[in-house]
Amino acid sequence: MSTDNDLQTTQYLCIGCPLGCRLEVDEDPAGDIVEIRGFSCRKGKTFAEREHTDPRRMITTTVGVTGGLWARLPVHATEEMPKHQMWDVIDLLRTVSVTAPVAMGDVVVAGILGSEVDVVASRDMPAADPAA
Amino acid sequence: MMSITNLQDQYDVVVVGAGPGGMAAALAALRTGVDSVLMVDREVEPGGILNQCIHNGFGLHHFGEELTGPEYAQRFLTDLLDHHIDIATDCYVLDVTPDRLVTLMSPSVGVRQVLAGAVVLAMGARERTRGAIRIPGRRPSGVMTAGLAQKFVNQMGLLPGRRAVILGSGDIGLIMARRMTLEGVEVPGVFEIMPHANGLTRNIVQCLHDFDIPLHLSTTVVEIHGRDRVEKVTVAPVDERLQPDLSRARTIKCDTLLASIGLIPENELSQKLGLRIDPTTAGPVVSSTMETSRDGVFAAGNVVHIHDLVDFVSQEALLAGENAARYVTGRRPPADNIKLNAGTNVASVVPHTISSDREHTVYLRVRHPLEKSWLRLGEVYEKRLRYVVPAEMVSLKVRPRFLEHFHGDSLTIDIVPRDEPGREEM
Repeated sequence: MSTDNDLQTTQYLCIGCPLGCRLEVDEDPAGDIVEIRGFSCRKGKTFAEREHTDPRRMITTTVGVTGGLWARLPVHATEEMPKHQMWDVIDLLRTVSVTAPVAMGDVVVAGILGSEVDVVASRDMPAADPAA
Repeated sequence: MMSITNLQDQYDVVVVGAGPGGMAAALAALRTGVDSVLMVDREVEPGGILNQCIHNGFGLHHFGEELTGPEYAQRFLTDLLDHHIDIATDCYVLDVTPDRLVTLMSPSVGVRQVLAGAVVLAMGARERTRGAIRIPGRRPSGVMTAGLAQKFVNQMGLLPGRRAVILGSGDIGLIMARRMTLEGVEVPGVFEIMPHANGLTRNIVQCLHDFDIPLHLSTTVVEIHGRDRVEKVTVAPVDERLQPDLSRARTIKCDTLLASIGLIPENELSQKLGLRIDPTTAGPVVSSTMETSRDGVFAAGNVVHIHDLVDFVSQEALLAGENAARYVTGRRPPADNIKLNAGTNVASVVPHTISSDREHTVYLRVRHPLEKSWLRLGEVYEKRLRYVVPAEMVSLKVRPRFLEHFHGDSLTIDIVPRDEPGREEM
């Protein structure tokens, strides 16, 4: 049995609704969750658990596009990715450029960082009007 | 891209604006059975502000899934292009007369007038600027609204600066704090004059906490320094009356100040048309069919009242478009018979009137945050709410059965504290 002194408490802000409950997660030295406090609904408890053990984010950014209506093409990962990979994904996408026309859903980077997740175009990007 | 040259002289419905409101209104009008619809927008393509909102979180209500802004726009546009519709981009609407004669101007058609059977106003909103809150100091470059910076970064591939202070904690400001950080711009902090954040908690966590960007509440920018370019800003805490305490002011080095301090419905055309404007929403007074005080002129979206979710803009605009088509084809529903009044804790309510023969969705915004509360519609209906905040619009479905035994001509809608018996003093 561990005493309270061995517990490490981490705080989170619940994003489930505008109440913004302040959540606390106690973890024992073995890395197991001992207690979750501060939630006022089931959503909050699930969020704290997930955020503590496997935080994920939907990554959206832009890549360069040549010959398009705009200079940048918005793209997004097809699934939420581990939060700690965010900067690696962003840094990689910063080096990517495509050529118009592009269709929404076109794969810009397949299996990014060796994962199963693709990065796809968030919109059609028509070629710029040559007369313009 | 879609600038048209074969403009007709007459349309069943003309929609002003091709953002989410305009697209939904045009789509609903076509589905309701009118033959000719013209949608006009001053930008080079339809989609409105959604095209620059590259983050996700749109469409949960309307499509049942989370989409990015451009995807949400493209879904509506794809549906629209299944129908026959004229879209004039790069085109300004200069005037709409009470007889619905619409004056347009664009490089491809010059100045033209078209006659509309019905008009839907969907001009959206524009951002409040530095001038709106009168920040003292010089006028260097590097001061802009968060939404303009968003267009620079996400569409044009331009960085507004290298170190950006953000004023205001609205969602656009929070989203831009993250966006600028991801693009390698330093964001030393977000400053909010109110004691609470204005944006969604989700954005506080995912746009600020994730990147260790501090949010300073009850603090505002009191001076901008720099001759040609912003060099620094002075910030100071404010008291309960929002007056800055200059004895505790400090300066922050930066080359950019982004203002995310609210939106103003864009109603120049509405004013020229002489529409009745509600001072609490700064948008036209509308009936339950989204018809304004002028016959055959409808309005929807941010031009009527500022929404926090695009999904509700779409819903409201579908209603406006459907009713514009009904107006043209002589199938108007019965006129409204009940006026809605805002109670003491309600800042605004839309629509302004309803009718007792069918179901309506009523949108309202509270003045003060409350936890446990009652939402009350006169004495005919009440509902428990867990929490309300000014930043989140409240919607209520008003069903005909609520009004079965009501014979008055106005109802007050309010959100009041719900005191729990035996609740301990805080």
